[in-house]
Amino acid sequence: MKIFIPNSAFLGNINPFLKGFDPKNPEKFEIKANEKWIAIHPVVLAMIAALGLPLKADKVFFEKLTAKSAHYLERMGLFKFLGIDSGIKITEHEPAGRFIPLTQINNSQELSGFITEIIPLLHLNPLQTDAMRYVISELVRNVIEHAASPVGAIVAAQYYPKTNTIRIGIADVGVGIKRTINRSHPAETDLEAIRLALTPGITGTTSREGGTESNAGAGLFFIKSIAKVSRGFFMIYSGDALYKLLKEPSGSGKLKRLFADPFKDKHSIEELLPFWQGTVVGVDISLDDTQEFSSLLDLIREVYSKTVRERKREKYRKPKFI
Amino acid sequence: MISIRLKEKVGSFAENKDVARDIRMNIIIPALEKGEMVTLDFQGIDSATQSFVHALISDLIRKYGGEVIEKISFKSCNEVIRKIITIVIDYMQESSN
Repeated sequence: MKIFIPNSAFLGNINPFLKGFDPKNPEKFEIKANEKWIAIHPVVLAMIAALGLPLKADKVFFEKLTAKSAHYLERMGLFKFLGIDSGIKITEHEPAGRFIPLTQINNSQELSGFITEIIPLLHLNPLQTDAMRYVISELVRNVIEHAASPVGAIVAAQYYPKTNTIRIGIADVGVGIKRTINRSHPAETDLEAIRLALTPGITGTTSREGGTESNAGAGLFFIKSIAKVSRGFFMIYSGDALYKLLKEPSGSGKLKRLFADPFKDKHSIEELLPFWQGTVVGVDISLDDTQEFSSLLDLIREVYSKTVRERKREKYRKPKFI
Repeated sequence: MISIRLKEKVGSFAENKDVARDIRMNIIIPALEKGEMVTLDFQGIDSATQSFVHALISDLIRKYGGEVIEKISFKSCNEVIRKIITIVIDYMQESSN
C-alpha cells in the first residue's frame, strides 16, 4: 500500500488524497508527505492509522518528514499507532481544548469510557458536547456492531476555535457498507449501498420496516442531518465509492429541508476510487448552529415517518383492473 | 408500578445499547408481563441517542403492539429526549400499522 499526505486534505478537497491511495500489496505500507506543509483533516489520520495498525512496524515505511507542521502528526499520535519513531520531539501538552488524538475503540465498554472520559477533555459547552458525542457514539457503534473490523474503530477529532468547528474522522478496515447492506437489501455497487445506508429505515440487519430490536437504520441519516443543519461537510467512503454532503450556504438562518434520499441533498459522488476495504466517515460540525438540534429532530420526525409510510405503500398489493 | 432510574445505569448520556437491551429484557418486559405499569425516569440524563431509545423500547411496540405505550411513562425528559422518544414511537407505529 502507498499513501501520500498532501499539503492540504480536508473534506472539501479530500478527493485527490483518496485518488492517490494505492491499496495494492497490503503486506507493506509506504507513507510519503508533502515536503513543505501538512494541514489535514482527522479523517486522514484515522485512515492511515487504520491501514498501518495491522502491520508490524518494520513493514511501515514513513519517509522522513520535512514539513514544519509535521509535529501535528506526532501530537495526534500517528507514529505511536504505527509503532515507529518519527524523530520529532515535541513538548506534550494536555490535549484539553483542542483535539482528541487517534484512539482505537474495540467494544461497547471502550466506547462508553471514551465518551465519558475523553470527550470532556475538549471543554466544549454542553450543546457542542451533545453534537460531538452523538456523532461519535452512533458511528463507532456502527463499526462495533456491523464492520467486523480487525482494528475496531479508529477515531480522531480536532476543534478549530477560529471557525468554532469540530472535525471528526472515523475509519475501519472491516467488511464495508456493501456487504453489510447486502445482507438484507440488494445493492449492486458500493455507491448504491452507501445511498441505502444513508436512507432512514434501511438497515443491513433486516428488510423489515422498523428494523430489528437493536437496529433501526437511522444512525447515518441522523448524522448526515446534523452535518447538514450545521452547514458542515459529511463524507462516507467505502469500497470504491465516495458520497460527500456539500456545505449548505451560511447565513440563511433557516433550517434546510431534509431528504430521505441522500442524492437529493447538495452532494458529490465518486466511483472507481482506490478500493477501501472497510468504511471511512468524516464529519464537520459548525458549532454555531448546533442550537438547532432540537428543531432538527422535528424535521427528522417528519421525514422519517413519511419515508416509512411511503415505503410501506410501495409494497401494497395493487388492484388488478381488467 | 415500577420506576427505572436510567441515570444510575447509563450515566448522563444515554447511548449504550447493550445496557438498553438489558433494561428492556430484564426489567421492562418482566414488569409488563406481570401487568405492571412502567416508568422510565430520565432525571439527570442530558441527552440520548436514537439507537439507545430504539434498543430500549422498539421491541416492546413490536411485541405488544402500540397499546404498550399506554403502560409506559417517560419521566423528567428534556426537550431533545422527548423528541427522540417521539421519533422512535412514531416510526415503530408507522412500521407496524
